[in-house]
Amino acid sequence: MVRDITLGQYYPGKSFLHRLDPRSKIILLIAYLVIIFCTFNYLSLLLVTIFTALVIAISGVPFKTYLKSLKIVITIVIITSILNLFYGTGEPIWQWWIISVTANGINRAIFVTIRIICLILASSCLTFTTSPTDLTDALERLLKPLNKIHFPVHEVSMMMTLALRFVPTLLEETDKIMQAQKARGADMEAGNLFTRIKAMIPILVPLFVSAFRRAYEVATAMECRCYNGGSGRTRMKVIHMTKRDAVGFIGVALIIIGVFICNIMMKKVI
Amino acid sequence: MSILELKNLTYTYGKKTAFEKTAVDNVNLSIEKGEFIGIIGHTGSGKSTLVQMLNGLIKPTSGQVLLDGADIWEKPKEIRKIRFKVGMVFQYPEYQLFDETVYKDISFGPKNKGLTGAELDKAVRDAAKFVGMKDELLNKSPFDLSGGEKRRAAIAGVIAMQPEVLVLDEPTAGLDPMGRELLLSQIAQYHRERKNTVLLVSHSMEDIARVADRIIVMSNSHCVMFDKTKEVFSRGRELEKIGLRVPQITKIMLELREKGIDVDEGILTVDDAVSQITSILKRKGRLW
Ligand SMILES: Nc1ncnc2c1ncn2[C@@H]1O[C@H](COP(=O)(O)OP(=O)(O)O)[C@@H](O)[C@H]1O
Ligand SMILES: [Mg+2]
Repeated sequence: MVRDITLGQYYPGKSFLHRLDPRSKIILLIAYLVIIFCTFNYLSLLLVTIFTALVIAISGVPFKTYLKSLKIVITIVIITSILNLFYGTGEPIWQWWIISVTANGINRAIFVTIRIICLILASSCLTFTTSPTDLTDALERLLKPLNKIHFPVHEVSMMMTLALRFVPTLLEETDKIMQAQKARGADMEAGNLFTRIKAMIPILVPLFVSAFRRAYEVATAMECRCYNGGSGRTRMKVIHMTKRDAVGFIGVALIIIGVFICNIMMKKVI
Repeated sequence: MSILELKNLTYTYGKKTAFEKTAVDNVNLSIEKGEFIGIIGHTGSGKSTLVQMLNGLIKPTSGQVLLDGADIWEKPKEIRKIRFKVGMVFQYPEYQLFDETVYKDISFGPKNKGLTGAELDKAVRDAAKFVGMKDELLNKSPFDLSGGEKRRAAIAGVIAMQPEVLVLDEPTAGLDPMGRELLLSQIAQYHRERKNTVLLVSHSMEDIARVADRIIVMSNSHCVMFDKTKEVFSRGRELEKIGLRVPQITKIMLELREKGIDVDEGILTVDDAVSQITSILKRKGRLW
C-alpha cells in the first residue's frame, strides 16, 4: 500500500545528536559536506569515514535504518563510480577495445563511492535526529537575515512545515480513493501508456479536490486562531545553543583541521 | 445456497512489522441471498476491514470468501469481475466523485462493467431514482451539489453497476437526522424492490435496528454475535459490555423487564413499545 512509504524519517531519541540545537546541526552538516569533498588522499578519506561512523554510533539510530536510506541511492553510487573508473587520466593499466582503466580512474571510483556514502549517511543523521518541525524552525531562524532583502522567510518555512505535515495524510487519501475507484471497477494495470494515464484521472481529480479542500480548512483554522504571518509571533519552544553545541563545533573543526593537514602533508591521489 | 460464506477469515495489517495488527480474526459466517444484514461494532473493531475483503479490495491473510460457493481469489487475475458482483460504497463516498457531470460519474462503474447504449442509460437513471436524485441534477457538476446530494450521487454510482450484493460502509455518517432517515429508507426500498442482498455497516444501533434482518456484531476483531435483529437486541447487557449502546427504546424496555414487568425482549421501535405497554396497562385495569 501507498502508506508504507516512510517519508517522515524522524527517529525519536535522546542521544547527543538529538539534543544538539537544530541550527548547529544544519551548519555543521554543511561544513562537513564541504570537507568530505575536500579529501584528496587516503588518510583524509579514512579520517572522514571514521568520523561518519562515530557520528552514526552516537546518534543511537539503528544501523538498519541507515542502510535503508543508502538503498535508495545505491544505483547512483554504482553508476557514478563506474563512469569515474573509465574516465581517469594517465597510463592505462588495463585496456579492451575503446575502454581503458587507469590507476587514477580506480582511485576516483573509490573516492566517489566513499564520498557519496558519507554524504548520504551524514545527511540522514540530520533528518533522523531532528523532527521536521525543529528542522524548518531552524531553517527559518538561519535564513532570517534574508528578510532584509524582502524574502518571506517565515512564510516559506511555514509552507514547508505544512507540506511535510500533509504528506502522510495525502498518501492515505490516495490509498482510499484508489480503493474506492477500484471498487467501481477501475482498471489501473491493463492497457497501453495512454489508457493508463487516462485511468489516473478518477484518482487525480478527487485527490486535487481534497487537497484544495484541506488547504482551505487549514487556512480557516489558522485564521480562527489569529494567525497573521510571522511578525510579532512568539514561540512556545525556543531553541537554544548550549555547551553541547560547542562540543559539536569543536569536533567538526578538528576534522576540518585534520583534513587540511593531510592535504598539505601528503600528495594528491586524485 | 448462501450467497456469501466467510471461512476462517483473518486479516493482519503490517504483517511482520512493529505495527502488526490483526483487524479481523477468524470470522466464520454465511449470508443468504436477499438478506439485509447489519454490521455493528465500535470504532476500530474491524468492520471496514471485514467488508473490504468481501469484494477483493484487500486479500485475506488467511481464510476464504466464498461468493456463490466459489472462492473469490481462485483466479486473482479476474478479481475485477467480483467487484461488479459485490458493490462497495465506502465511508464518505462523496470524495470519489471526479467526472464533469453527475450522469457521467454514475456511469463510470457500469461502463467499466461493459454496459453500453440504452442499457447503460437505464442503469444510470434507475440508480439515480433509487437514491432520489432529480433528473435536472444529473447534468450538473458533482462538485456543485450539496453534501447530501453528493453522497447520493456516489451511492448511485455503485448501485448502477447492478451488483448482486450491495455493501455500504457507514453511509449515514456525517448526515443530518433528516438526511439519515431519508437515505436509510431509500436503501430499505432498494432492498425491497431489487430483492438483492444488502450489508449495512453502522455504529448507530437505531439505524440498523430498523432495517436489518440479521446482525453481525464485531468486537476487537472478532465476530461476537450473528443472529436475528431481535435476538441480538434482547442481549442488551452484553452489547453494553462491549461498548455498544442499544436503541434508547430497547433499553427502556429491557429495564422495565428487569423490574419485573412482562414486556417482550428486544423491542426495537417506539410503536411496538407503546402497544405493549398499553396492553399491559389495560390488562391491569389502569387504562380505560
Ligand atoms: N490501512 C491500515 N493500516 C494499518 N492498520 C489499519 C489500517 N486500516 C485499519 N487499521 C487498523 O485495523 C483496525 C480495524 O480498523 P477498521 O476495520 O477500519 O475498523 P472499523 O471500520 O470497525 O472502525 C483498527 O485498529 C485500525 O487501526
Ligand atoms: Mg470503518
